[in-house]
Amino acid sequence: MALIDVQDLERTFVVRRKVDGGRRRLRDEVRAVHDLTFSVEAGEMVGYIGPNGAGKSTTIKMLTGILVPTAGHLRVAGLDPSKDRVALARRIGVVFGQRTTLWWDLPLRDSFALLQKMYRIPTERYRANLERFVELLDLRDQLDTPVRQLSLGQRMRGDITAALLHDPEILYLDEPTIGLDVVSKGRLREFLRALNAERGTTLVLTTHDLQDIEALCDRVIVIDHGTAVFDGPLPALHAQGGSTRTLVVDLVDEAPAIEVPGAVVRRVEGPRQWLSFPTEASAAPIVAAVAASYDVADLSIQEPDIEEVIRDLYSRGA
Amino acid sequence: MLYVAIATRAFRRYSTYRAATLAGVFTNSVFGVIYSFAYLALWDANPTAGGYDKVDAVTYVWLGQALLMTVALWGGGTTDDLAERIRSGDVAIDLYRPVGVIQWYLAADLGRAAYHLLTRGLAPTVVGAVLFQIAMPDSPAAALGFLVSVPLAVVVSFGLRFLVASTAFWLLDATGARTLSGALAIFFSGMALPLVLFPGWLGILAESLPWSAMIQVPNDIWLGRHTGVDLLGALAFQAGWAVVLLAACWLVLARATRKVVVQGG
Amino acid sequence: MADLATLVRPWHPLARYGEIARLWIRAEISYPASFAMLVVGSMLINALDFVGIAIMFSSIDQLGGFELREIALLYGATGIGIGVADTLIGSVERIGEYVRTGRLDQMLTKPVPLLVQVCSDRFTLRRLGRITQATVVLVWALPVVDWTPSRVGMALVMVLSSSALFFGLFVLFSCIQFWTTDANEFANAFTYGGNTLTQYPLTIFPRELAIALTVVLPIAFVNWYPCLYLLGRPDPFGLPEWLQFCSPLAAAVVVTAALLVWRTGVRHYTSTGS
Repeated sequence: MALIDVQDLERTFVVRRKVDGGRRRLRDEVRAVHDLTFSVEAGEMVGYIGPNGAGKSTTIKMLTGILVPTAGHLRVAGLDPSKDRVALARRIGVVFGQRTTLWWDLPLRDSFALLQKMYRIPTERYRANLERFVELLDLRDQLDTPVRQLSLGQRMRGDITAALLHDPEILYLDEPTIGLDVVSKGRLREFLRALNAERGTTLVLTTHDLQDIEALCDRVIVIDHGTAVFDGPLPALHAQGGSTRTLVVDLVDEAPAIEVPGAVVRRVEGPRQWLSFPTEASAAPIVAAVAASYDVADLSIQEPDIEEVIRDLYSRGA
Repeated sequence: MLYVAIATRAFRRYSTYRAATLAGVFTNSVFGVIYSFAYLALWDANPTAGGYDKVDAVTYVWLGQALLMTVALWGGGTTDDLAERIRSGDVAIDLYRPVGVIQWYLAADLGRAAYHLLTRGLAPTVVGAVLFQIAMPDSPAAALGFLVSVPLAVVVSFGLRFLVASTAFWLLDATGARTLSGALAIFFSGMALPLVLFPGWLGILAESLPWSAMIQVPNDIWLGRHTGVDLLGALAFQAGWAVVLLAACWLVLARATRKVVVQGG
Repeated sequence: MADLATLVRPWHPLARYGEIARLWIRAEISYPASFAMLVVGSMLINALDFVGIAIMFSSIDQLGGFELREIALLYGATGIGIGVADTLIGSVERIGEYVRTGRLDQMLTKPVPLLVQVCSDRFTLRRLGRITQATVVLVWALPVVDWTPSRVGMALVMVLSSSALFFGLFVLFSCIQFWTTDANEFANAFTYGGNTLTQYPLTIFPRELAIALTVVLPIAFVNWYPCLYLLGRPDPFGLPEWLQFCSPLAAAVVVTAALLVWRTGVRHYTSTGS
């Protein structure tokens, strides 16, 4: 059986709103999630993406047992999350990117000690895990610092350590790289990849950063308006969405629009030109063609932004 | 006018917490009922205690409940925002504003007090008036005096709370000082027990401390225990403490500013 | 499932509670100076509270037919009760804040019963100040009782029931915050209000209120009925004498009601997400 099994999951909320200047109240049912079906096998790394308000966090809340589904079938590690919440809690780790699970006034070390007690982690395993994560995530010097004095990146690494001390089978990460600098993002992704490779930890990741997905996930589930609109590997998403990458070329001198096969100029601004090309195409021949015919001062590639991919996908489907 | 705008904004901000206000009105009313019965029993045993009669005593209880939040006796109000901004360092922004920090927070606190007087002051008083016999001010002078006395009580309370919040400049955390000062305020304002019942030197001491300007003095004005020159004297007592405390705030703030500017927080 | 396990092995969550609380205490006393200041400060605050009642007696000899030492007995019993409850589960008052900040979601993903987590969160020994002060007042009041073995037993039962009753009141009335998160003050009317009310003999209240405090919201069992027994007084309202032995029963009823309401509150939260 799949580790995460979701069938026809539905969650509606009742919203009360006032009309006629507050004289009458109407009950509206809003379907935050509906007809959602997918499954995740052990060891997968899945990106769960979608625009704000699409139903991502509602889904994560149901998967972790915080929220009871309105209808549908839901099993995580063979358990019904809302019924067996406490039992499930031992087997999953959750990181909400914007909110820390650590205790604001306590040193990092004490927060971890509290979690050891809560999860009843045997001392030996706790020590070994702590040692390893502190090493990999470079937190040794911060162990005695109160959490409120940590930088955003340090806190995120602390939160990830906190979520992993009890060796969860599944790790849910909600926007883990938000607000982090490029170096920290890179290190974090490297760590998560290693974690998956070494321990087979299943990763479910919601993010706005497409590079997170590219670096980590073999598979992407796109949710929009409460239901999955795409489920498959990332390249297929690009193909289906028809999204493009952008090659930004800084020429030595101003020039008319560049003409090379496989790319189209979208914008020209002085010596700088923006060329778009299909996401699944390799940038190398285009770069080579540009460099062969023009004097290039600098080149860079912009990845398509996830919102844009989904917008494309959705406007096509509609 | 800028200060009116600040006060209005504070008034509006507090008026968004409607459930909290309702819960507070309920709690004030429950405490009002408990203390009313306790005082009725006390004045049963000694009908002239402290020079009050039973109606005075019960009126005193409900006025106290009405003023409790208005003067933010326990602490709270805009000075809590200040303490938090000192802790987070955001206070530096306040210090560089063209408007004085004290004036800014005082204006906001008066807006808050107005809101609390109209909701958590008025509503429990109505409850009290329905359940018990409550005395109305027996002269226009007493009514007018009370209306002047309440804002003065808020300013005195603000001065004390501002000083307490300022300890955060040096201690980082003002909660300890806040709790201690809240307890002193409850005791010496006459909230826990009218100061007129305090015996001998303790009574004299309590009535001359600034806290008495927050509950005892406005209540006694309402009850008509200060008339004529004595009424002006009571208001002058409040105003005097207000001036002394605001001056102290100004001195403390000047030192704190130097500390923030020189040491960068 | 988890609920069943909790009922069958009640020491399990209690053990978690103890371990979590111990870590908080360790963190707290790692700053001994500020800890000592806070405990002394809290004792001082509570001392002023009783001084207020003592001052009343400079104008009177008795209040509602009770002399100062008898009132001190009532005061000590209710003070210890609310002190113990506040120390053990005071954080439950912050449940609305936990909902607003998303902390509750974090707690729901941990394998410890929610109530245990909420109550042990930020456990502090600072609140010992109140228990200490109330104990001092109670000890001062002890000579007013004509002690017999059965009265000693009753005194112990009273302190335990009083703590359990306040435990129930804290949980019961904090639960409203699952529905309206900023109504935390509502609970104060019953917890601190109940404490203030029981500092006085019930004789100062109308008979109807005394009966309501017996059968509707059994706050009178915190100290009133056990103290009548300790003082060997007949019931001033002419209510049955056996009520004086019912404090443990009242505590059990209130605690059970509180746990049921708590469960309803948590269900409401997990079924609406707000």
